Amino acid sequence: MSIKGKAYIAGIYEHPTRLAKDISLAQIHAQVAKGALEDAGLTKDDVDGYFCAGDAPGLGPMSMVEYMGLKPRHVDSTDTGGSSYVLHVGHAAEAIAAGKCKVALITLAGRPRAEGMATGTVPRSRGGTPTPDEPFEFPYGPTVVNMYAMCAMRHMHEFGTTPEQLAWIKVAASHHAQHNPHALLRDVVTVEEVVNSPMISDPLHRLDCCVITDGGGAIVVVAPEIAAKLKRPKVKLLGAGEFVKTQMGGKVDLTYSGARVSGAAAVAEAGVKPADIKYASIYDSFTITVLMQLEDLGFCEKGKGGPFVADGNLIAGTGKLPFNTDGGGLCSNHPGNRGGLTKVLEAVRQLRGEAHPAVQVKNCNLAVAHGTGGSLGLRHGSATVILERE
Amino acid sequence: MAAQERKLPAPAVSQETQAYWDAAAKGKLLVRKCTSCGQAHHYPRTICPFCFSDKTEWIEASGKGAIYSYSVMRRAPVPYAMAYVTLAEGPRMVTNIVDCDFDKLKCEQPVKLVFKPTDGGPPLPMFTPA
Repeated sequence: MSIKGKAYIAGIYEHPTRLAKDISLAQIHAQVAKGALEDAGLTKDDVDGYFCAGDAPGLGPMSMVEYMGLKPRHVDSTDTGGSSYVLHVGHAAEAIAAGKCKVALITLAGRPRAEGMATGTVPRSRGGTPTPDEPFEFPYGPTVVNMYAMCAMRHMHEFGTTPEQLAWIKVAASHHAQHNPHALLRDVVTVEEVVNSPMISDPLHRLDCCVITDGGGAIVVVAPEIAAKLKRPKVKLLGAGEFVKTQMGGKVDLTYSGARVSGAAAVAEAGVKPADIKYASIYDSFTITVLMQLEDLGFCEKGKGGPFVADGNLIAGTGKLPFNTDGGGLCSNHPGNRGGLTKVLEAVRQLRGEAHPAVQVKNCNLAVAHGTGGSLGLRHGSATVILERE
Repeated sequence: MAAQERKLPAPAVSQETQAYWDAAAKGKLLVRKCTSCGQAHHYPRTICPFCFSDKTEWIEASGKGAIYSYSVMRRAPVPYAMAYVTLAEGPRMVTNIVDCDFDKLKCEQPVKLVFKPTDGGPPLPMFTPA
């Protein structure tokens, strides 16, 4: 069975806040759910499927189901970090295709800024019963940033990728963020500013890193017969793929990501080629994340990501592959340190023709949204969806 | 040098890996090897992650290796070099490079085994330029 054409994204909402001092985590989940349902023209009582990940308070989906007064007949709280919500879109389509639900709600919320969390630079133990990998990793000081940095270091060693090429990814994101009134960072930056920003963990500078923000977002995925009755532009799911890439028992290879598998599965199911895609939402926790995923999704050859992203090739209006036109996680929003959901949102805006006019891609009829969750250098979940304007 | 001033947390020793940490306390690095498919893996498991055989055994590593990748964490109170080292026995392991000039590290640089004490637990296998 394929999910091609079996589900549509009918509603989206991104919380405008980037610092949520005065609202609770559950409150943000409910606010974004309300926003996405209103965008779709649906109500809370239409929801019969609910999807969330580890950012939701409580055990799996249960506390939020209760808080929002939902009555789902299908739930899924699969957590693959920041990629979870891209994966949930695929899982929602599977559930809809199997007749398990017709209106699936996906929510994300987080408050790392308000809570003063040291997101990227402090090793974190999960607490409780240690994972089998923890004693062999945690005492050495793995952080979010240094494990991604090791991927960048190896990429530079094997392929000659340069800090300036990586910097172009931030530069492109900043060109887009200047048009987003909600973006945390709205100043356009230069390659020189990126490579001269303080070194965090070699070879990644401060401006190679994404923002840390509070907020959230929601997506409503519906069955074709529901989409047909709604008034919003129709965004159809053509294909989805997922993968978990690990250290493979010590056969570590930092030069590629799980996008190689999830992306290939998604485009195969959709029956499209990377060259057909007009707009790309690419997970951007760090500049290196974008570069590796672009290679792994087939937009360029492995190792050629550096030249591909350079010279503004990712900037809407001038480049060949406009990416993250909302400013992405690098400049606009990375709610709860989980950037997958906002990737889907901007892809839907582009396909609806509702992106900011300065960054709207002309005749945008085919888009990809891709997420990487967990740690690119340790173990991560990848999820890809291919979306089409009908 | 710098890394020696870091307070290293003790690893959480489990039943499955007690022997690994007991050996570390004696200055030896163990690697788990499958007698069925012949491949060594890391971190150690009783069931081989390659062929799923339960016929695995400990072997002592030579302590020789090369840096696969590294990153110097500049924003830590005491900067340190995170790394993957490719062991002569095959597997790549998460570790630190210590007792060296961080600015001179390179991928594929040969390294050798050293141990560093932890806060109340067994010592950690780390590497220094050979």
